[in-house]
Amino acid sequence: MCNGGSNAMADNNSSRADALGVSPGEVEQFRGYLMRYALLQLRDQTSAEDVVQETLLAAVEGGDRFSGKSTVKTWLTGILKHKIIDQVRRQSREQPLLQGEDDERSEADVIDGLFKADGHWQNFPANWGDPGNALENKRFWETFETCARLMPVKTARVFMMREVMELSTEEICKELDITATNCWVMLHRARLSLRECLETKWFGRV
Amino acid sequence: MLGNKVVRKSVRLFMHIPTCRETSALLSQTQDRKLTLFERVGLRLHLVVCTGCRQLERQLAFMRSAVKRYLERDDHPPR
Ligand SMILES: [Zn+2]
Repeated sequence: MCNGGSNAMADNNSSRADALGVSPGEVEQFRGYLMRYALLQLRDQTSAEDVVQETLLAAVEGGDRFSGKSTVKTWLTGILKHKIIDQVRRQSREQPLLQGEDDERSEADVIDGLFKADGHWQNFPANWGDPGNALENKRFWETFETCARLMPVKTARVFMMREVMELSTEEICKELDITATNCWVMLHRARLSLRECLETKWFGRV
Repeated sequence: MLGNKVVRKSVRLFMHIPTCRETSALLSQTQDRKLTLFERVGLRLHLVVCTGCRQLERQLAFMRSAVKRYLERDDHPPR
């Protein structure tokens, strides 16, 4: 598909059509976006910087060719995604999802703590008003980052694969070697912890 | 005949209206898979009577869009 034939694409966007990657300036403007993406998933500054650097290099050197069929941003995200998945595989080899029982138990407690024995909420979710207003507030995003960092490690890994990388449950199961049920339980836990944190640190206060 | 079936199913459903805890799990899974008909009906029945879970429903939708918005933000990356 990406055979590098230059004339095939010449009619459309000729500056990119040589299929030898794109200019450093052109990819550089996406560094912030790629960093946020990598950091949410990997939760480690150094590994995030590494994968983003590798991605930008691959793009500029044309190791992964831009076909002109998508936007530059989508194409960069695709390269980054592959590099992140390699990292995630490494992480889960070092910290397998279904091992480390203390960890697992304390993460499971997240849900138990939110409900009474009869299944009712300990504290009913509050009214957040129009949460859309928060999106314009710089300080809300700092809270969001804090809450993302506070999520338990393994829970966060699954959540970000779903919400940031937009993988399906099946893909996540395959990558992490867990069952679908397991996956749904972890996503449930992740969402309720994030909700709890945002409510305590932000929406409960406004 | 159809009526009978519906009644029988409804009875079964009424005996299985999910708790808040179960409802929160169903609301979460709505974002990951297609719920079965029974799950969907149970979920709706619970939401009719529970303000807390209705808030949760709205909050989950907000959180999903917030992650996307966070990525798209147009300023320097976090430290
Ligand atoms: Zn409820």
